[in-house]
Amino acid sequence: MSAAIEFRGVARRYGEVRAVDDVSLSIAPGEFFAMLGPSGSGKTTCLRLIAGFETPDGGTILLDGQDVTDRAPYERDVNTVFQDYALFPHMTVLENVAYGLRVRKVPREEQRRRALEMLELVKLATLGDRRPLQLSGGQRQRVSLARALINRPRVLLLDEPLGALDLKLREEMQIELKNLQRRLGITFVFVTHDQGEALSMADRVAVFNQGRIEQLDTPRTLYMKPATTFVARFVGGANVIEGELAQRLTGAAQPFAVRAEKVRLRQVTDAVPAASMHCTGTVMDVQYHGATTRCQVRLDSGELISAASTDADVAIFPSGSLVMVEWSRDAAVALR
Amino acid sequence: MTAASAASRSGVLRRTATFLYRRPNFYLGLLLIPPLLWFGTVYLGSLFTLLANSFYAIDEFTARIVYEPTLATLRQVVTQPAHIDIIVRTLTMAVAVTIACAIIALPIANYMVRYATPRIKALFYVGVMLPMWMSYLVKVYAWRLILAKQGILSWMLEACGLQGLLDAVLGIPGIGGPSLSSSYLGMFIVFVYMWLPYMILPLAASLERVPESLLQASADLGARPRQTFWNVVLPLTLPGLAAGSVFTFSLTLGDYIIPSVVGAPGYFIGMMVYQQQGTAGNIPLAAAFSVVPIVLIMIYLSLAKRAGAFDAL
Repeated sequence: MSAAIEFRGVARRYGEVRAVDDVSLSIAPGEFFAMLGPSGSGKTTCLRLIAGFETPDGGTILLDGQDVTDRAPYERDVNTVFQDYALFPHMTVLENVAYGLRVRKVPREEQRRRALEMLELVKLATLGDRRPLQLSGGQRQRVSLARALINRPRVLLLDEPLGALDLKLREEMQIELKNLQRRLGITFVFVTHDQGEALSMADRVAVFNQGRIEQLDTPRTLYMKPATTFVARFVGGANVIEGELAQRLTGAAQPFAVRAEKVRLRQVTDAVPAASMHCTGTVMDVQYHGATTRCQVRLDSGELISAASTDADVAIFPSGSLVMVEWSRDAAVALR
Repeated sequence: MTAASAASRSGVLRRTATFLYRRPNFYLGLLLIPPLLWFGTVYLGSLFTLLANSFYAIDEFTARIVYEPTLATLRQVVTQPAHIDIIVRTLTMAVAVTIACAIIALPIANYMVRYATPRIKALFYVGVMLPMWMSYLVKVYAWRLILAKQGILSWMLEACGLQGLLDAVLGIPGIGGPSLSSSYLGMFIVFVYMWLPYMILPLAASLERVPESLLQASADLGARPRQTFWNVVLPLTLPGLAAGSVFTFSLTLGDYIIPSVVGAPGYFIGMMVYQQQGTAGNIPLAAAFSVVPIVLIMIYLSLAKRAGAFDAL
């Protein structure tokens, strides 16, 4: 079975800037695939390359095993949910949803029936006669989803679809999108800069940085075994130790990552546990997050380390106190 | 002592400022009265005086205006065959000019907004507006020379071996004539040239307001470029098209210089107004004729509204 989407050495330049730089990837049919990265990392350009709004300067794009590199958007079996929703302001909600059928000259009755079905699917069946401007952000989001799904595409592209929604709505939509994808069984490609969103929703995540894929793995592997300093910092929010300090602690200059919840704080006078790494520093700040408490510790060598604990006992070290930070050797993940 | 007087002066100013700040409506009224007076008397006042004049009539024998309300003059405008001719001729020209301007302006505006680099775009804006900064009369007389029988245009066509084509076009009854500068076709060319910027600018402004993502969404859903144009671009540009066409339409309806310098001898509404209020001294008839464009544009706007031109506003 051929991949739903395949990139072979795809490149896209804007003048001197390499927005997408020799990217190869393969997305399986029915997969929930996330493209994660900071703004300007090339993730959105990749999405636009799949949709056909951009043409690559090099490489090949295949959809379902067919080369679509030079095909126009209207000749590709993919549909997009836009970041700004891109609803047609001069059409009603129902007309917006039916648009994909209208331009394919589907009979009027069927257009109406299927558009109503789609509105039912996104729970907006009663709002068909409204104009997009009369809807809330969350409702527009659903209309744009229904409009993109009406052509029954093989692949649905979502460009930061939850970016403009407030936190509660965003969490609801995350669950709904996930359910929808499972029910329809189509491939979702989801662009986001929110690592929490990518980790919680996707089957696999491609982490983008400066036009390249840093790492492509399952959320669990990305979090547990980040491959590069960038992934460790961006995805896991992990402590990255490099340079002299890494040399002193491990005997090699290779950087490594330690997640905050693996770092323990102890009294400076405590005995150092076996098979662990330790250094001393000063507590700079203590933040209470409810489930966890986070401490920022400035090491004597200058680095800032964060430690997270589910126990309240880290709070016994107030700001300014001298502490020993310590973690087990197993917790250190070697990075490129 | 100086300090004390300064303090009291600032005290008065401050109290006045506070007084005005606490009464925003009064303050707003105070600021708006002068411009509203100007607008009310100079614009609307004179317009109503003009309209009022169309309800008077002229005494056939003394050639004096009789100040008694009557519909006779207005009736004269819409019933006398010669007058109807003038209205139809002007209206036909206005419609033709508006359509031609729209057809020429849309691709230009679209190119300026969607495809041109910022530099080229700025050049285009200057290029579109530059002719508007030149003397109107100079341009009209220049066109008369360009279109004349021995003018540069016919010379060029002859040099290209297209003399026959020009003769054939000039032979068409209604729009043709002895030369371009004395035909309705020539007049039409000059009108289109003159009013084109008034169509391009509002069109470009309304195209600017259509986000790129709407066009992409349309293509994404399977619409071919032609479908995207008819279903998305055109409906969303209608307000601009309506604004531009009101300019081209009303400017053509009211102009009297172009028809008197270029084109066939038939009268236009503007010329009629000019002649009636000047040489003929028939102010009521002139006023009645100037009501015609106002009525026509009102009809046009209500048709445009019914067609949904302002739905996307």
